[in-house]
Parts: sequence; C-alpha cells; structure tokens
Amino acid sequence: MTDASTTVATTPNVGRARSLLYHVILCGVSLLMLYPLLWMLASSFKPDDEIFGNASLWPDTFTIDAYIRGWSGLTVSFGTFFWNSLVIAVLSVIGNVFSCSLAAYAFARLRFPLKNFWFALMLGTLMLPYHVTLIPQYVLFLNLDWVNTFLPLVVPKFLAADAFFIFLLYQFFRGIPRELDEAAIIDGAGPWRIFWSVMLPLSVPALATAAIFTFIWTWDDFFGPLIYLNDASQYTVQLGLRTFVDSTGKSDWSALFAMSVVALIPVLLFFVVFQRLLIEGIATTGLKG
Amino acid sequence: MTTTAQIPLTISEPEKRSKRRGELSRALVSYSFLAPWLIGFLGLTLGPTLASLYLSFTNFDLLQDPQFIGTANYQRIVTNDVKFWHSMQVTFTYVILAVPLKLAFALGLAMVLNRGIAGLPLYRALFYLPSLLGASVAIAVLWRQLFAKDGLVNVALALFGIDGPSWISDPNYSLYTLVLLSIWQFGSPMIIFLAGLRQIPPDVYEAASIDGANKMQQFVKITLPLLTPVIFFNGIVQTIDAFKAFTPAFIISEGTGGPIDSTLFYTLYLYQEGFAYFRMGYASALAWILLIIIACFTAFSFLTSRYWVHYND
Repeated sequence: MTDASTTVATTPNVGRARSLLYHVILCGVSLLMLYPLLWMLASSFKPDDEIFGNASLWPDTFTIDAYIRGWSGLTVSFGTFFWNSLVIAVLSVIGNVFSCSLAAYAFARLRFPLKNFWFALMLGTLMLPYHVTLIPQYVLFLNLDWVNTFLPLVVPKFLAADAFFIFLLYQFFRGIPRELDEAAIIDGAGPWRIFWSVMLPLSVPALATAAIFTFIWTWDDFFGPLIYLNDASQYTVQLGLRTFVDSTGKSDWSALFAMSVVALIPVLLFFVVFQRLLIEGIATTGLKG
Repeated sequence: MTTTAQIPLTISEPEKRSKRRGELSRALVSYSFLAPWLIGFLGLTLGPTLASLYLSFTNFDLLQDPQFIGTANYQRIVTNDVKFWHSMQVTFTYVILAVPLKLAFALGLAMVLNRGIAGLPLYRALFYLPSLLGASVAIAVLWRQLFAKDGLVNVALALFGIDGPSWISDPNYSLYTLVLLSIWQFGSPMIIFLAGLRQIPPDVYEAASIDGANKMQQFVKITLPLLTPVIFFNGIVQTIDAFKAFTPAFIISEGTGGPIDSTLFYTLYLYQEGFAYFRMGYASALAWILLIIIACFTAFSFLTSRYWVHYND
C-alpha cells in the first residue's frame, strides 16, 4: 500500500493522466451503450417522420401522440396488457417467495429421511433446460383446460419450479446462526414458528432479492405467454409489443417505441430504487441478472 | 445440549415407541415444508422429463395418441434434417462468438473499474442496466430498428461516409447483430468479475512488482490464474444461457428465423416444430438433444476444470 502511494505521490501527473484516461474510456463506453436507450426514449416523443435517419436525442417537435395512440392500442388497450403482466408478475412473486423459502428452510435446517437425495435432485434441475419439460407440461395444462389462462404461468411458481431461488435462499438461511433457532426451540417454538418468526424476518434482503428478480424475469418473460396465451385480451406487455411489430410493420414506430418505453418502466423503477440490492445479489450469488 | 444429558442409559419400550413417533412427526413436519417443491418437482419436472423422453420416440400431434416409432425421430434428425444441422451451426456460431467476447468485455471493464476509480457505483450501475433490460421484447424491437437500413447504426456510419447495409435483413449480418446484442449485456458477468477481483489481495501485486513483473506479466501470472474460478462460473452460466437464447431471434425475424434461416436458433427451430407444426414427438427429440449437448458441455467443463481452474483453498 505505502509503496503504491509513494509512487503516485512522486509522479502525480502520471497518476492523474491515467485516471483521466480511465474516465474517458468509461464515459465513452457508457455513452455508446446507453445511446440507443436514450434515443428510443427521445424517439417516442417525436412525430413518426422525424424518427428515421435522425440520431438526435432531442425531438424537434415534442409530442405525446405516440403514447396516446399506443396506449389505446389496436383492438385491445395496452392498459389491458399492462394489467395482465402486473397480475401475473405479482402472483409469481408471492408464489415463488413462499414456496422457495419453505423448501430452502427444509433443506437448510430440518432433518428428514431422503434429504440428501432430494437436495441433489433439486440441484440437478438447475441445469435442466426448460425445453425438456416444455411439451409434456403443455399437454398437461391443455388437459387441465388451463391453456389461455394465467394458471400455467403462475401455478408453477407456487410449486417452486424455479429451483435457483431455493438455492439462493438456502445459502442465505445457512448463514443465519443456529443459536437463534436453538434459543427459540428452548422457548418451545416448533419449526413453523422458527421459520416464521426467526428465519423470515432475518432474511429480508435475500427475500427481497428473490422477489425483485422474480418480478423482473416474469415481467420480461416472452416464451411462456407466447405458448400459453392465445387471446389478445389475455396478452402480457411483451406479447402486446410483438403484435405491434407484426401488424403495424414499419408504419407506426413512434407508438411502438412509446409502448416499449412503457414496458421498460417497471424494470427501470426497480433498477433505480433497488440497484444496490440487485448488484449485491449478483455479486454474492452469481445470479445471471 | 441439555436434552442429551437427560436421556437415561437404558431406554424402555414405551419411550422407544414415543421416540419413534417423535421422529415420524418430525419427518411429517419437514415434508410439509418441502411439499410445494416436491409436488412441483414430481409433477412439473421429473414427470414431464420422463414423458418427453418417451414422446421423443413417438409420433405425436396432440390430436391423436402418441404412436411409438422407435428411434425414427433421432434418425431423421441426424441423417435427414437440413434445418437441424443449420440451426446447430447458427447456435454454435452464436455461442462461440457471443460468450467469449462478452466475457472479455466484462473482464476488461471490471479491471478498469477495479482501479479504485471515483464514481465506481455510477459506472457499475450504468453498465449493468442493459443486462437487466436486455431480455425484454422492447430491447429486441429497438435492436431491429438500430440495425435497419435507415436505422441509427447506419446514420452513425454515414458520418464517416460509409453506406451500411440493411444489417437485420441481410443473412450475412443478421446473426452478428444478435451477437452484439448479447455482448451489450456484459454487465452481470462484469459485476461477478469485479467481486472476484476484489478478493485478490493487493500485496500479491506489490510483491510481484518488487520482483520486477510488468503489468502484462502480472495480468497473465496473477490476475488470470486467481480469477479462473470466476471465469469458469461465468463461462458455464453464459454458455448455457446462450444455448437457450430465443426472444431476440424470434422478434428480429418475426418468428421465422430468417432471413434465409440465418437467425434460426436451435430453440426457435424447436418451437416451430412443436408449436407451429405440432410435431410434438419430433420437438421432444430435439429437446433431448439440447439437454445432451448442455450436459456434455457441463461435464466436459467440470472434468477439465482441474487442469486450469485454481482454487486457492
């Protein structure tokens, strides 16, 4: 440490020049990466004929027409898509946090027959590509008459189908000192009491990370709704955007951009509010983000 | 602790029975916690996995019961399916280009950020944003516009007097726009690299520089070896993810995998077979081939890892 700082002290200009160079590189990369996003935002406020061939980040004529046109939609209002996505995402968050924390607690703290066997299988499912279960699941949901409802998208979340979150919570629960459980046992608490009054309150950061990522992934999910939802009134935001691409072709780009911005808003909100939690979640657990 | 001290040396019959009953009720309570996952695992994962293995040996169109046809699906896939081989080629090209480039970008910027730069949280957040948004259809839509004939990229190229092609609708370039989209989302592996770089104690570098090692030697001899566990992890996660890529190709090609199948990702081909042509047996066989590829890749990575991944414990 002392060695490094003395080197910098003797050559302050070199140090400053180097740090300036880094900032130039980083600013350049940031700008290059974020320009398309800012441009999409700007374009959503431009009239249609101003979008193409125009790289400016400031609309010459500012208009919110595209938002009005896009929101009122084609046959179904974009508000319906938004509501559908919200319902599915909120139910998924509840289901995922509930079922994954139960399983994680069992694996982290309880002793029961075949525990290691189930745990190994649970880890195995982390690697399994969902394509393998896709078709039999579709047949199953078709026979249950669940296709074209939200159930195939929501019910698996209540059954902890995304094992990754079990693993995440399992890791967190294991970090909680066992003395706390033991103290509760002496006070006469059973597993359910310990789970509810000791583990969950101490695990708020991990539960929040799981909840936020579940929300974002469900919100962005395209494949599930594509397969299970056929009726435009059931569409999610992601499917709704796709109908814009297909039916309007290149004619109404500003409305498409406006609704793309709307579709990104919930994720952006989470990013702004919980940015630190999200980044820590990735850094400590290797979430794919 | 106190309970063990109270257990008498000889256990009488009724006590034994009540102990057994205690164990049983404890197992029941444990399984009540496990129940949602267990039901989901058996009904939505294990059952369907076995069912899809069976379906892969059948002819199944949803309307009639599956007919067992032996290995005919697999035989056709390997010997008589041009589209399969083509989609393999597209997918492998994508994986081989996108994953190393993305990881190189992630590592490079993580190293710059690790220099103790002012404003680190801000840069880190800005670089991470595309990773978070990237899965959305909105971004795929944006990409389609960026690389259109009169899109933003060509506007920028025109400043340098270059007349760019229509990247998205030219089969020579369309796949590479998707590679770029993947690289654009280098933020989350970058965060993991950054966390790994922080684990390397600074005195290792000091010792090396006293011994006269230059920056390049320090990178090759210290940073890379100490970072191999993180590289290994990022490599596996990103590769599996790249094999499963679907949404951008679907949106950019409007579900066709075009132009001229140049963006026909394996998953897109599987989707078409299963849900456009309802050849569900055939699609199941395709799914199992994907599983085998991913399993082989993972097994190979783990087996070779002991030759190049250094764990310092």
